[in-house]
Amino acid sequence: MKRTVPLMIVMVGGILMMVQYFIPHQYSQVIFNNYLEWAPIVGAFALILGVGSLTRLHTHKIRRKAQNWQYSWAVLIPLFGMPLFALIIPQSLGGGSDVHGVHDFLFMHIQVPIQSTMFSLLAFYIASAAFRAFRAKSALATILLLAAVIVMLGQVPIGDVLGKWLPNTGLWILRYPNLAAKRAIMLGVGFGMLATNLKIIFGVERNWLGGAGK
Amino acid sequence: MRINWISIPAALILLMIPSLSAAQDSVENLTPTDDTVSEVVTEDAAAEKTEAQPAAGEPLLEPDPGLDTPGVITVQDKPNNAGDQLVVTFEPAVNPEGIQCYNVYRRIVGEVSEDAWNLVKVIPADEPSEFIDGYDPEYPIEPGVLYEYRIASMSLEEVEYFGPVYGAEIAAEGEWFHTSKVRLLIAGSLFIGLIFYYFGKAQRGTKMYLRPIAGIEAIDEAIGRATEMGKPILYVPGISTISDVATIASLTILGRVARKIAEYQTRIIVPNYDPIVYTVAEEVVKQAYLEAGRPDSYDQDSVFFLTQSQFAYVAGVNGIMMRDRPATNFYLGMFYAESLILAETGSLSGAIQIAGTDAVTQLPFFITTCDYTLIGEELYAASAYLGHEPKQIGAVKGQDACKAIVMSLITLALVLGILDLVANTHTLDWLRNLVTVSIVE
Repeated sequence: MKRTVPLMIVMVGGILMMVQYFIPHQYSQVIFNNYLEWAPIVGAFALILGVGSLTRLHTHKIRRKAQNWQYSWAVLIPLFGMPLFALIIPQSLGGGSDVHGVHDFLFMHIQVPIQSTMFSLLAFYIASAAFRAFRAKSALATILLLAAVIVMLGQVPIGDVLGKWLPNTGLWILRYPNLAAKRAIMLGVGFGMLATNLKIIFGVERNWLGGAGK
Repeated sequence: MRINWISIPAALILLMIPSLSAAQDSVENLTPTDDTVSEVVTEDAAAEKTEAQPAAGEPLLEPDPGLDTPGVITVQDKPNNAGDQLVVTFEPAVNPEGIQCYNVYRRIVGEVSEDAWNLVKVIPADEPSEFIDGYDPEYPIEPGVLYEYRIASMSLEEVEYFGPVYGAEIAAEGEWFHTSKVRLLIAGSLFIGLIFYYFGKAQRGTKMYLRPIAGIEAIDEAIGRATEMGKPILYVPGISTISDVATIASLTILGRVARKIAEYQTRIIVPNYDPIVYTVAEEVVKQAYLEAGRPDSYDQDSVFFLTQSQFAYVAGVNGIMMRDRPATNFYLGMFYAESLILAETGSLSGAIQIAGTDAVTQLPFFITTCDYTLIGEELYAASAYLGHEPKQIGAVKGQDACKAIVMSLITLALVLGILDLVANTHTLDWLRNLVTVSIVE
């Protein structure tokens, strides 16, 4: 029962969604929309479990005085502090409708800059990854390096100055060899998705069920 | 109870065939009621569409002599939808001089109040006099409801001159089959059929060869390395939701990997981005430890939810990498801009890294920074490689057969393209028309 019921739900739901794709009728759309509306509801309950998991992990660390346990306070305090400010003290101490609350202040002046900082690291990592990728260690790596140089120069104004052939060749590389490779990957991904979905719908793949799958 | 799985898709396909023939006529037949207007309705048009009739009992408003008004309004049911759209066409004013735009009003037949008219479309005078009614969510078209229309010519001084009211005798109806998806249905049925054929073949015991994939073969080695070093293994299941197939593929691999990790008595760390993925991942890892016969070794803090903020998640995972120094990092699933930040940090921490994703834009970053990368479909095939179950291997062979069909079509297109160049024919167009499916209607 523990295994059959989830498998039947998946099978019926999966087949229904497949058939629904070909039926534009309003009844079909209603079923589809109802199905989609369930997802956020399940997600909301799962979020409670998620927050519970994070709280348990860090309270364990603090209680056990595990290595770097002090950082756990840096997780737990904002985790519960931000909703507190959002729900209980929504307005700033100054009050007034034009003044943003403490929650907004913390979000805009702490969380957003920290996230931007993390994102900006990407620029440096791209530079170091490019340095590693474009080392001409072999014939193939040299071809990759040349293609990259042409494409990059073709995208910037100086490429036009150096010669019309640069942007044209860059465009040709992007439109033909590059696009062909991308499409080949996407085609494989499409068939992979199809096979994986069929395996799940018809119960061939049951690992996702965890304990109920066996 | 043993179920013959092959019979289910076969029955499904059989069920779909009658639905093709039962595909509803996309346009309703309508009978004109007003003799004066029915004269202009041709027989073909009566089958395909109807000219909206002047509403019974509604006095025809005489157009203001100052500005010409549009002529006959024709209403058609738009095919292949849920019965929530109508195609409205009208004859523009014969003398468009001084007309800024046409205001199209609609109300339900039977309503008499002037307030019941809703302005559903404003069409500039120089634009085509046809539009699809029903896009505006404020004034939706209800299936099976009859509407009447009237159009006003708007002068440059913003004065409206109304034309006659036309009651459409046609109501929007939803169809039971999307006729422009026939090719997709045929192709889908063919591919699904092939995959099931190989499922069956594998189940009957036919030996099938799978080409070795370096990234999958390295998984054992990577787990062994972590065991020898006495360091944990980090498994990142991507930052997408459970509805993403790549995430599901990642979770199936997690089950196989966690079982090996449990056997080797190594520690696993699985930080999650999505709470639903977290609950599934926790169950998967717990079950893997149970199957390995080591339920007591399972640490409930090994799988946890981190955050649903993309870069906060990256910061958290990077922190784990730098503090715990895992010997092996797995990045399997769907990744976005964080892929390179994760993989570079992992590379700096000295871990052996195995990545896999179907996100084409992130693959170059993983290839550059990771030791092994599962490219696209290899992520989906990994579970079959690790499990060695016949049906799973059959699915991989089914995928290969599908690809073989597409490759044959590409080769045929190449040959036809060359033939067209040499013999000045148009055979490639024929093939293109055969396989092309319009994505946007």
